[in-house]
Amino acid sequence: MQITVTVNGTERTADVEPRLLLVHLIREVFGLTGTHVGCDTTNCGACTVRLDGTPVKSCTLFGVQADGRSVTTVEGLATNGQLHPIQAAFKEEHGLQCGFCTPGMMLTGAALLEKTTDPTEDDVRWAISGNLCRCTGYMNIVKAIQAAGRAMQDEKAPEPAGAAS
Amino acid sequence: MLPARFDYQRPETLEEALFLLDRYGEDGKILAGGQSLIPLMKLRFASPAYLVDINRIPGLGDIKESGGKLVLGALARHNEIADSDVITARYPLVASAAPQISDPIVRNLGTVGGSLSHADPAGDWGSVMLALGAEVVVRSSSGDRTLVIDDFLRDTFTTDLRPNELLVEVRVPAPSPHSGGAYLKLERKVGDFATVGVAVQLALNDGHVATAGIGLTAVGPKNLRARDAEESLAGAEPGDAAFAKAARLAAAAAQPQSDVRGSADYKRHVVEVFVRRGLARANQMAKA
Repeated sequence: MQITVTVNGTERTADVEPRLLLVHLIREVFGLTGTHVGCDTTNCGACTVRLDGTPVKSCTLFGVQADGRSVTTVEGLATNGQLHPIQAAFKEEHGLQCGFCTPGMMLTGAALLEKTTDPTEDDVRWAISGNLCRCTGYMNIVKAIQAAGRAMQDEKAPEPAGAAS
Repeated sequence: MLPARFDYQRPETLEEALFLLDRYGEDGKILAGGQSLIPLMKLRFASPAYLVDINRIPGLGDIKESGGKLVLGALARHNEIADSDVITARYPLVASAAPQISDPIVRNLGTVGGSLSHADPAGDWGSVMLALGAEVVVRSSSGDRTLVIDDFLRDTFTTDLRPNELLVEVRVPAPSPHSGGAYLKLERKVGDFATVGVAVQLALNDGHVATAGIGLTAVGPKNLRARDAEESLAGAEPGDAAFAKAARLAAAAAQPQSDVRGSADYKRHVVEVFVRRGLARANQMAKA
């Protein structure tokens, strides 16, 4: 089946079997391997991508379901060589250990921060409860998402008068 | 994991979907949120020859109040239900159940119609709808049928749906002014199936229980209605004594099995505790 998917802002076409999962479409057909296959059973969230902005587990969706829609993967977070605030915060706060869950964590975190840039620890833990970190490094993941929220607030806030830039 | 081959159709209208279901009969399967169906297809527990993707049919996921009822379109996602203002304001049992289903990412896709049609005895919506006395509307090319939820949920993974029918909406009666409801769920971790779930809805009239609805999750071949417990409450004075009695009757109605999530005795005990707590919580709301 012929499909067209906007992947990280770029329109891509492919001819795929309907049974091809979205995660395999992304990794193997489009060559974007930042989206990870973890459990392959809808549990771990390592394969999380955003479909028209909504976080979904791409192992539990067929590629053909993304036809005519837009997909954002971890490769689409940075713009013009500039890290997305959530990427910068994960780096700064040591929000990753082995890094396997990181793409999913960042995409889920970014979606949360679009709703509120000031989430409580509970808000963050609730939002990422469908993403598992096998290193159990949740403390710094939570801190990183909150730090990214603060950075996004600062970006939006007007410069205080007289502040050097 | 690679599912077996299937032919994929994505109708743009309900009529087109019903036409396809007529044509495919037993070989067709409806794809809604896919959060149960796709895992089953990956494990090859399900291998439908034809998949009819209803996700692009406009209006099928609407949430609205109409004719004294809450109407949930089949495609209403769990998270849309959790975020709905009308539900938060007026349907506390529905509002408390939605955010307890699976995990936040699964809730972005999973649907109320898909969940009910899947009829997993560990599914949460079946118990909620039993407690609320909901109806479902199923549609085929030859017309609509409206079924009370008790008649729709027939057995384990088995509903009254015919192969050419699609569940189009769920109708929940608006709660009376002095009422309350709650969903209590025990799970080992976020995203796991329920060890036990209990849905409770309570309506008061003149200081007495007018009606009570109690649905049980994951303690039987399907979502169970604790009928004896409900009947024991009708007309009773709301309070510890009546709630404890109803809880004992509900526990007796449960048919749990021992498994990795707990022994049958343990689950039966949890049913009793949850029914008691749920009734107390619903009573507080009803009196407020």
